[in-house]
Amino acid sequence: MKRDYTGIVKSLGAVFLGLLAGAILMIAIGANPLKGYFYLFQGGLKSIERIGNVFAIATTLILTGLSVAFAFRTGLFNIGAAGQMLIGGLCATVIGLSVELPRLVLLPVMFLAALIGGAVWGVIPGFLKARFNVHEVVATIMMNWIAYWVVYYTIRNYFTAGLETESASMPAAGQLRVSWLSQLLSGSYLNLGIVISILCVIVIKFILDRTTLGYELKAVGFNRHAAKYAGIKVNRSIILSMMIAGGLAGLAGLTYYTGYSVNIQIGILPSQGFDGIAVALLGATSPWGVFFSATFFGILHAGKGFMNANTSIPPQISDSIIAIIIYFTATSLFIEKLYKKLRGRRADRKQIKAGGDE
Amino acid sequence: MEYIVEMLNIRKEFPGVLANDNVTVQLKQGEILALLGENGAGKSTLMSILFGLYHMDRGSIRIRGENVTINNPNDANNLGIGMVHQHFQLVETFTVTENIIMGAEGRFLLDRKKAGEKIKALSVQYGLNIDPDEIIEDISVGMQQRVEILKMLYRNAEVLIFDEPTAVLTPQEVHELMQIMRNLITEGKSIILITHKLKEIKEIADRCTVIRRGRVIGTVDVKTTSQQQMATMMVGREISFTVDKEDRKAGDVVLSVQNLNVLNNRKTPALKDFSLDVRRGEIMGVAGVEGNGQTELVEAITGLRKVDSGRIEINGREISRYSVRGRNEAGIAHIPQDRQRLGLIMDYNLGENFVLKSYYHKPYSKYGILKKEAIDKHAEKLISDFDVRAGNGVKSPAKALSGGNQQKAILGREIDLDTDLLIAVQPTRGLDVGAIEYIHKRLIEQRDSGKAVLLVSLELDEIMDLSDRIAVINSGELIDLITNDSNIDENDIGLMMAGVKRGEQQ
Repeated sequence: MKRDYTGIVKSLGAVFLGLLAGAILMIAIGANPLKGYFYLFQGGLKSIERIGNVFAIATTLILTGLSVAFAFRTGLFNIGAAGQMLIGGLCATVIGLSVELPRLVLLPVMFLAALIGGAVWGVIPGFLKARFNVHEVVATIMMNWIAYWVVYYTIRNYFTAGLETESASMPAAGQLRVSWLSQLLSGSYLNLGIVISILCVIVIKFILDRTTLGYELKAVGFNRHAAKYAGIKVNRSIILSMMIAGGLAGLAGLTYYTGYSVNIQIGILPSQGFDGIAVALLGATSPWGVFFSATFFGILHAGKGFMNANTSIPPQISDSIIAIIIYFTATSLFIEKLYKKLRGRRADRKQIKAGGDE
Repeated sequence: MEYIVEMLNIRKEFPGVLANDNVTVQLKQGEILALLGENGAGKSTLMSILFGLYHMDRGSIRIRGENVTINNPNDANNLGIGMVHQHFQLVETFTVTENIIMGAEGRFLLDRKKAGEKIKALSVQYGLNIDPDEIIEDISVGMQQRVEILKMLYRNAEVLIFDEPTAVLTPQEVHELMQIMRNLITEGKSIILITHKLKEIKEIADRCTVIRRGRVIGTVDVKTTSQQQMATMMVGREISFTVDKEDRKAGDVVLSVQNLNVLNNRKTPALKDFSLDVRRGEIMGVAGVEGNGQTELVEAITGLRKVDSGRIEINGREISRYSVRGRNEAGIAHIPQDRQRLGLIMDYNLGENFVLKSYYHKPYSKYGILKKEAIDKHAEKLISDFDVRAGNGVKSPAKALSGGNQQKAILGREIDLDTDLLIAVQPTRGLDVGAIEYIHKRLIEQRDSGKAVLLVSLELDEIMDLSDRIAVINSGELIDLITNDSNIDENDIGLMMAGVKRGEQQ
């Protein structure tokens, strides 16, 4: 049996077209796109430190991307990764700032706190969907704002130090940053979060492909009527799926607020939560796809400053490229068509099989 | 002898598949030509070529004696060829008129009134009985099909191609469609009818061209050819129409439904005090016109619908409060009415679909981890036991299978569950003769091995061929329970299906 590469081709096609459109934008503002891209990618990849930073940025995106992708496989659209991430970060921060424990104990406790906090934030919309048929998009957006204000209130009233707009800094014992890793990568702020995110990719892949739980969740995502007919508890699957998705986003909060940065700011819904949607789409909702697309976005984010410093191209171009890529992934039907056409008459044959006499 | 459409020596090859091999089909002015063949024989490919959806590799098409090239459906329309597709191409929220004029609106401003008048006139002329102002989603499937026909007539089609038109219709609607086709012929149109239902060909067609594996086997005069002969031409071997079934004494009650009351989706009663027993070693057929409570009965038994009151017992155990899975475990296998919506997960491969109801058991999983090897082995066994044909074997996604093979896969999975009760709803809907024969045989086999079989079908022939007893249902009530023996009268059952009880018949 031939492997189906349509997903990969679709993603690469979207990336290519996004870069092409970015080049047109650069030309439009009178810059040299070759130079622009040269500095953009050099900015992301030219030194070990910068490569480390690419993965530091990707760490959070991998987890929010996984969160969206996982829910998506069960047929749910998790727009709430931002809120789940905030709550996960808040739980970890609160624990890190208020209890004194040896690091080996503290970090796992913070990990659990973030996981549970995010899971709770995910399970509420899941329950509303299962019990009252409230659409998860609406419920998760609402949960985002609740998280925003919960963080605002809690941090501002109990955990500030100095500045009013952010929490006190995490003591070293509660940080995911480890000196040997930073030294190894000549000062990069890559941290233990990357280990968490890669482990999550592996675990989620395993759950989806190899477990009865994954079988059930995907069955519900593909066809909930057939799942119900088979005796799978559809409502339970929806709740469980949102719980796991929320937990993943909660861990994203852990890596972001206690690793990438060391405090939590109030009044901000983290954009990584929404970028997770793009990461999941570009990664074709597969765990390793999410890993690679998050890394790619990491390069663009890490390189845009360097590009701006060396050329007249504003860093917003890099953000625009990301946005355009998202458009192309979302409307990738025509890339798929093009691919099928290029593969020649194979497509015709498929059509005959599918469309035959039945 | 003048032919209005001639497709001469058509060849169409898809990589690895020769769909049409030197096929010649000729349609006379004013006749109904049936195109008979099994699923995948190449009928649809041929008609798609005529309608401009595919391009032929070789051959020629002549319309009224003149060579033509048809590159797209617009060319076909301009030549007076119209196609009534099996899956209607209608906008549900538009009116009949809006659907019909779509694509032929004319100038910038819509003149609905004028179009409506033309449609009304056509409707009267051909006896279609259509109200142009109705919204599509409010009218029955049979009426929607008439809208499709009107669409063609509105575009002045002279030749109408019907692709499996009766697959979606109730028996009454089929009857009405036949009348409409006769009207079309009287008004000078010509018709190509794609079908694999011999009874319909016999009833309506003048000639019949039989296609098997992309080749024309022959063209016969319908009047002088028996159904048996046509079936043999189509399949390439003798087909038995009568189902061989030995008498068997029924055993203990397996399924007992007592005073069951169930609501339908509109919250009105779908079943009223319905009681029925199904015993070991018998096939209980449920006969009725569509929408009289059959669907709700099956859903109530299998747990897909809430029971309002009453009892459902499997081997004496009351199960009406059990979950779907609890009932499956208690001993229910279920071949559902809609195989693509309920019976299979189309994006899962065959192996995954075969364990849809048993994936959580050993040996298919252990401690929540799936055992792929066991799943694949199981699938290979079922594929060979039930003759499921799939390009990539175990790894073929269900959506890549033909309807007949999808149904065989479901049949295999459910029989393999080895439960005391097997519920089969419309098990042969839309399948070709070969597959129907096969499925009937396997159902009888289940009965003979001592299972209780509950068969729900809209095809009275199927019920009468297979059942030991027949329960006639109308408006959610059990009208009568009849033993299916030589004394049985099809007309009586027909009347009962219409709600007339035995005592009330004259």
